[in-house]
Amino acid sequence: MTGIPFRAAFVGLAVALGLSGAAKAADEFIVVQSTTSTANSGLLDAILPQFTAKTGIAVRVVAVGTGQAIKNAENGDGDVLLVHAKPAEEKFVADGWGVQRFDVMYNDFVLIGPESDPAGVKGGKDVVAAMKAVADKGAPFASRGDDSGTHKAELKFWKEAGVDVKAASGGWYRETGSGMGATLNAAAGMGAYVLSDRATWISFGNKAGMEIVVEGDQRLFNQYGVILVNPEKRPSVKVEAGQAFVDWLIGAEGQAAIAGFQLEGQQLFFPNAK
Amino acid sequence: MQDFSQEFMSAIGLILSGDSDLWEIVLLSLRVSLLAVVIAALIGMPLGAALAVARFPGRRAVVILLNALMGLPPVVVGLLVYLCLSRSGPLGVLQLLYTPTAMIIAQVVLVTPIITALTRQTIETLDAEYAEQLRSLGISRLASVPTLLWDARLALLTAFLAGFGRAIAEVGAVIMVGGNINHVTRVMTTTIALETSKGNLALALALGAILIFIAVTVTAVVSLLAPQERASEMRHA
Repeated sequence: MTGIPFRAAFVGLAVALGLSGAAKAADEFIVVQSTTSTANSGLLDAILPQFTAKTGIAVRVVAVGTGQAIKNAENGDGDVLLVHAKPAEEKFVADGWGVQRFDVMYNDFVLIGPESDPAGVKGGKDVVAAMKAVADKGAPFASRGDDSGTHKAELKFWKEAGVDVKAASGGWYRETGSGMGATLNAAAGMGAYVLSDRATWISFGNKAGMEIVVEGDQRLFNQYGVILVNPEKRPSVKVEAGQAFVDWLIGAEGQAAIAGFQLEGQQLFFPNAK
Repeated sequence: MQDFSQEFMSAIGLILSGDSDLWEIVLLSLRVSLLAVVIAALIGMPLGAALAVARFPGRRAVVILLNALMGLPPVVVGLLVYLCLSRSGPLGVLQLLYTPTAMIIAQVVLVTPIITALTRQTIETLDAEYAEQLRSLGISRLASVPTLLWDARLALLTAFLAGFGRAIAEVGAVIMVGGNINHVTRVMTTTIALETSKGNLALALALGAILIFIAVTVTAVVSLLAPQERASEMRHA
């Protein structure tokens, strides 16, 4: 008797909470493994409702680094892959995990640095020379260090600059092992240089004392691709819904939606599907 | 810093001005964590009590292991649950990855050892007090478990709340198995992590303040049920 209100409260709570969740029944949906730059910049939030309105297919986005997104897709935990590391994407398809890769859009990388610019690289047009100068100066550099698309691009530039960052790791070269935003936060805290995609940088809220120091180099071009995960390898892939999304994204409507997305008056992504 | 506190206040205002997205996130946080703790309590309390009264070789080792498991790293639990629930994992056919159910499973794994260990501790103390009396009534050790649990129910509330605190505050496991999908698996802690990564530090902190407020409220509500019990017991006595 004495215990009834006590127990009933718990049971009631559990039932109420359980039901409130069950109400949201599963409409048709696909899981897209994508990267933090497309999700955190607000691009996907802006364009996906248009796709859902047209097709009735909800899109569930898992935003992680490109490396992890590819791994998750290989595990069958996604229907579509939308990332930005072309060589890794081509390997994904070549290994049979993906059906076919399509160009979707591009933006570009920018080199961010502290306003004080200890390495004196501000205003340069050559990203490799600038990064070499950062290394020569031993100025702090924050790296994603997480096998993301941005990390892969950064490593390519170090290679071109002839800088062995492995040897410098823990010294001036600091691998955060985190997403773009977390790495920008860390760079702001350390007064470090950092390579970022432009979309994340523009939408980033904590720019504290940092600015773009190098931009406009051809090599900073950042291509995004979309791939349907191969149903022959992963039978759980929702082929029709996933293909509908790929078709929409590289078709006229999706491309227009991407072009129409602006933040602070700037277009962040430039559609270039063929 | 002036700027920051202003930003913080405006973020709080924004949040409280009836943002329906936020309420969805708050409700999901509560649903996932409370269900996880209720399930963990249903498993952990009988188990902890049984361990408290049972005598078997290796019992001490089990108790030490159990106490150590209270410190399970959420990110490791997240990884293990991910590997199980992934389509290429043993339980992939259940299609639970990136659902609230996956998050509940991960939190149950995290919280059950905490509730079990704290229950074991509580019941062992109580058993030492009552063992002779119970035995003289001809009640065997294991048969005394329900009686002991019932008698310790107020003390066990603390175990329940400790589990809830762990669950509601945890981010490493739920972000991995839930995927932080908007309107599906986004909870308070993953939202805070996301806003921090977007550099929206004031908003993230404001969300953190709300999370703490919710944790305090739940703890208060659950705790307030306890004195009422005591009062009604006294009436019956």
